[in-house]
Amino acid sequence: MVFTSQDLISLSPVLLIAAGILVTLTIEMFTKESEGILGWFSFALLLGVAYLSLFLIDSPTMLFGEKFVTGGRVNIFFFLFNFGAAIVVLLSMDYMKKAGIYYGEYYIILMSSVLGMMMIAGATDFIMIFIGLEQMSVCFYILAGFNRKNEKSLEAALKYFLLGSFATGFLVYGLGLIYGTNGSLSITAMTLNYEVLRSNPMFLTGMLLFIIGFSFKIAAVPFHMWVPDVYQGAPTTVSALLSTTGKVAAFSALILVFSPLIQAAYPAFFTPVVATLAVLSMLYGSIVAISQNDLKRMLAYSSIAHAGYMLIGLAAWNDKGISGVIFYLTAYTFMNLAAFGLISLVEKRDLRGTEFNDFKGLGTKQPLIAGLLALTMFALSGIPPFAGFFGKYYVFVAAIESGMTWLAIIGVLSSVISVYFYLRLTVVMYFDNSDEMVLISPTTSAMLGIMISVLLIIIMGVAPGSILNLINNTL
Amino acid sequence: MIPVEHYLFLSAFMFITGVIGVVTRRNAIVVFMSIELMLNSANLTFVAFSSYLGNITGQLVVFFVMAVAAAEAAVGLAIIIAIFRNKLTVNLDEINILKW
Repeated sequence: MVFTSQDLISLSPVLLIAAGILVTLTIEMFTKESEGILGWFSFALLLGVAYLSLFLIDSPTMLFGEKFVTGGRVNIFFFLFNFGAAIVVLLSMDYMKKAGIYYGEYYIILMSSVLGMMMIAGATDFIMIFIGLEQMSVCFYILAGFNRKNEKSLEAALKYFLLGSFATGFLVYGLGLIYGTNGSLSITAMTLNYEVLRSNPMFLTGMLLFIIGFSFKIAAVPFHMWVPDVYQGAPTTVSALLSTTGKVAAFSALILVFSPLIQAAYPAFFTPVVATLAVLSMLYGSIVAISQNDLKRMLAYSSIAHAGYMLIGLAAWNDKGISGVIFYLTAYTFMNLAAFGLISLVEKRDLRGTEFNDFKGLGTKQPLIAGLLALTMFALSGIPPFAGFFGKYYVFVAAIESGMTWLAIIGVLSSVISVYFYLRLTVVMYFDNSDEMVLISPTTSAMLGIMISVLLIIIMGVAPGSILNLINNTL
Repeated sequence: MIPVEHYLFLSAFMFITGVIGVVTRRNAIVVFMSIELMLNSANLTFVAFSSYLGNITGQLVVFFVMAVAAAEAAVGLAIIIAIFRNKLTVNLDEINILKW
């Protein structure tokens, strides 16, 4: 195995982030007021790597003795992680100052979690998936409890930590069983031996435990218990990171394992499990979200429902489903970033002010923020012509093509239910009045991040075909 | 020589004990210990299969799992200490301000 300069270029997105972590650590060590520098430094680095990943998209390369792969679909995930994290950095700068947790370490840990996500997306081996997932999760536990003087934040961190490592336990035990029956942890080897393995109960138990482990991470019912508490308790911009890039990373691992099986045209063996998870998540998320009073908690339940829609794409068990899921993930990332970003602007200094009552009369007092929030809610509920509609459309079409029309129908029903709680916010903002003064001074960096996300939501809604083509070309 | 099934049954037993511990115990540290038990049952599976298959990968994985478990323990115990300073309890039933 020779490591050529071509390999080095293909690997450069990962190497740059890894080098960036070390550089930020050094800057943090030697400067007093590192927070200001580190924010913009990590933003520039993440944005640069996002661009670089798209630039290198046409060069699929196997690296390290076929243990790691870059290029093609993997680079789309690289782009999503880095671009999403760059927007989170923009949103965080002033929010962290407001919340009194303005520390440089935030950006270092954030970039480490991005490195973990990139390791998941590029893995060709279960052990790489596991290590990447753990690097990501451990960073997330720290970020969730970053506001260590705030009881809610700590409680969120503890719950996330206990349930997250519980999921890890399932995952590792499942990997043990897969290893024992397959003889190696390589996904390629598993695909080759699948014909024999699929009648082996021990292998199926292993795969089931693997799916359960990842269901925790993508927040699918019945493994969703941590999601509402964590998204509500964690600092708002951290919730934005957890709910977008964290979910994309977990889905990238599922796609990684399933798509070779789909391409080898093996029968859809896991479809009943995935379809059950999808139906439960969609209905539970949409129905429970109705009774929520806290906006962050409502978005957490909406995130559970969205995980359900994405799982439809996997349950469809065809290429269209996979590209639909990737499109959906892209759309969902920008919708949720915009939503959490706008909430972080409205949030008050004492980290209250995320309840529906706090948004009363926002339409007249803060027309710009209210307008953007209303647009994001329309997009999240799947009303055309925004990104959310086409995300749902593509996964539903994939499900219908593989003869699972009933799944698509349940999906449509659940989207209809979800319109209620998304539009409820719009009603509160524009038709309820309150005498309370709202003091919001939207800062430049946060508004820039929100504007980019909203612009992408509109572009993806107006020209979904070109982005879908980009995804299809990499399959 | 002990057949591989014995190790597998033992590890399955350990895993289930860990799961039951996580579900029933209320002290955060005991729950965390149960999670460690689950991870170690997975390690036992890996080592048993590694020796059964004559394949080194499983033993390598165990090192990774142990390293990851150590990193997780460092972060997790720090979180538990931080919450104890705030609330003077690590009982999960009393850590419940977040609910609907």
